[in-house]
Amino acid sequence: MADTLAGPVPEVPDSVPEFPMPRSGRCPFDPPPGLKDLQEETPLTKVRLWDGSEPWLVTRYAEQRAILGDSRVSADTDKPGYPTKASPAGGEGKLSFIMMDDPEHARLRRMVTAPFAIKRVEALRPAVQRIVDDLIDDMLAGPQPVDLVEAFALPIPSLVICELLGVPYDDHAFFQDNTKTMVHRDATPEQRGRASREVAMYLAGVIGQRLAEPKDDLLSSIAGRIEAGEIDHQQATEMALLLLIAGHETTANMIALGTLALLRNPGQLALLRETDDPRLVSSAVEELLRYLHITHLGRRRAVTEDIEIAGQVIKAGEGVIMVNEIGNRDPGVFPDPDRLDITRDARRHVAFGFGNHQCLGQPLARMELQVVYGTLYRRIPTLKLAGALEDVRFKEDAFIYGVHELPVAW
Amino acid sequence: MKVELEADKCVASGQCVVAAMDVFDQDDEGIAILLEETPAPELLDDVREAVAVCPAAAIRLVER
Repeated sequence: MADTLAGPVPEVPDSVPEFPMPRSGRCPFDPPPGLKDLQEETPLTKVRLWDGSEPWLVTRYAEQRAILGDSRVSADTDKPGYPTKASPAGGEGKLSFIMMDDPEHARLRRMVTAPFAIKRVEALRPAVQRIVDDLIDDMLAGPQPVDLVEAFALPIPSLVICELLGVPYDDHAFFQDNTKTMVHRDATPEQRGRASREVAMYLAGVIGQRLAEPKDDLLSSIAGRIEAGEIDHQQATEMALLLLIAGHETTANMIALGTLALLRNPGQLALLRETDDPRLVSSAVEELLRYLHITHLGRRRAVTEDIEIAGQVIKAGEGVIMVNEIGNRDPGVFPDPDRLDITRDARRHVAFGFGNHQCLGQPLARMELQVVYGTLYRRIPTLKLAGALEDVRFKEDAFIYGVHELPVAW
Repeated sequence: MKVELEADKCVASGQCVVAAMDVFDQDDEGIAILLEETPAPELLDDVREAVAVCPAAAIRLVER
C-alpha cells in the first residue's frame, strides 16, 4: 500500500465510453454488447470518437426517429459538431446530396426519385429475376465450393444498377471490375480511388452521350436536367456515382450476410425455402434488414439549434449519432429482439434510416432482396457453408458490415 | 376518419404505397398522392401503418 501512495497518481477511470465499440465474438449478427448495455441504461449518452470529440449517442428507437425527423439537425459534414468517421481518406466524402440539407438536398434528390417509385421498381422485377437465375445457373454449372460474394452477391446489384442507369450491357464487365475494386478488402486506398475515378469518368461519358441521344433510362433523365440548366455535368456525374456506390455494397452485403444468417438458423431457412407466399418472403426481407442492420456506425448529424430530447437538451454545435442497429433491437418495439423471426412484423425497422435522408434506393433494395431470398434457397435447397463459421471473416471496421467471402457448397 | 397528406414534405420513399396501396399512389417523380381522403374502415390499419413508416411524417389520420 505504501509504495502505491508513493507512485504516480492513477488516472481517473474514464466514464465516457469510446465509440465505435467492438462486437462480441459470440454472435456475429448482434450489435456490440456495449450498445445494448447503454440502451438499457439511458436513451442518450456521450461517447468519445477517434478524434477526441464527444457527440451524443442515441440508443433507443423512439428518440432516434424523433431526431432524424427533426429539422434542427444537419447532415452537412462541415457543420460544427458533425461526428466524423475515421477513414484513411480522412472522413466520409461529400458525394452529391447525401451530405446536404434541404432545400438543396431536396432539389437534387427529386431529380432521381422517379425510377425508384414502387411501380417502376416492380416493372424491373422480371429483369432482376433473370439476372439472379442466370447467376445461379452459372454457379450450379461450376466447381464447388464457390465464393457466394464474388459469384452472386456482388454482381447482382452491379448488374441491376446498370439496368437502371442505362449502362450498356457490353460495358458491364468494365463496370463490375471497377465497382468490385471499389469495395474490395485487399484494395488499397489508391486502387479504390482510381477505380472510383474510372467509373466516374465513364459515367460522365455516358451522360454526355445521352445529352446528344436521350434514351429511356436514368442517365438520360439526369442529362435532361443538365439541358434544363438545373445542374452542371459535374453535379450530374456525382449523382450518378452516388446512386451506384450507395446501392452496391449494401445490397451485396445483405445477400451474403443474410444467407449466412439463414444457414445458421435452419428452421427459419426451411420456412422461407418452402413457402409459396410472397408475403412471407417480404416479411423475411424486412426481418433480415432489421436483424442484420449492416449500415452500422450510426447515422450522424450536427445539431444546428438546441433540441430537447428525453429530458435532456442537446445544444447547437453538438453532434448526435443514431445507432440504428441497436434501435432495431429495441425490445419496446420488437419483442425478443435478438431472435431472427421471419414471421414477425418488422416493417417499422430503421435499417434504411429515417427522416428526409431515408434511403432513396430502398424500394429497389427490397425488390432485389425479395427476388434473391425467394429464389436462391429454392434453387439450391442443399446450400451450405463450406468450412467452419470460425473461419468466416467479417467486415467489422468497414462502413458497411458484412462478410469478406462466403464459401458455399451444395 | 380523414387522411391528411403534406406532399411538400414527401421524400418519395414510396412506403405509404407499400403499406396502403388502395389509399396512396405516387406521381411521376415518386411524390405521394392521396387517392382516398376518407378510406373505408377496413383500410384504416393500413393507413396507420403508412403514418408510422412515412420517413417525412407527412401523413396524419384525424377524426373528421
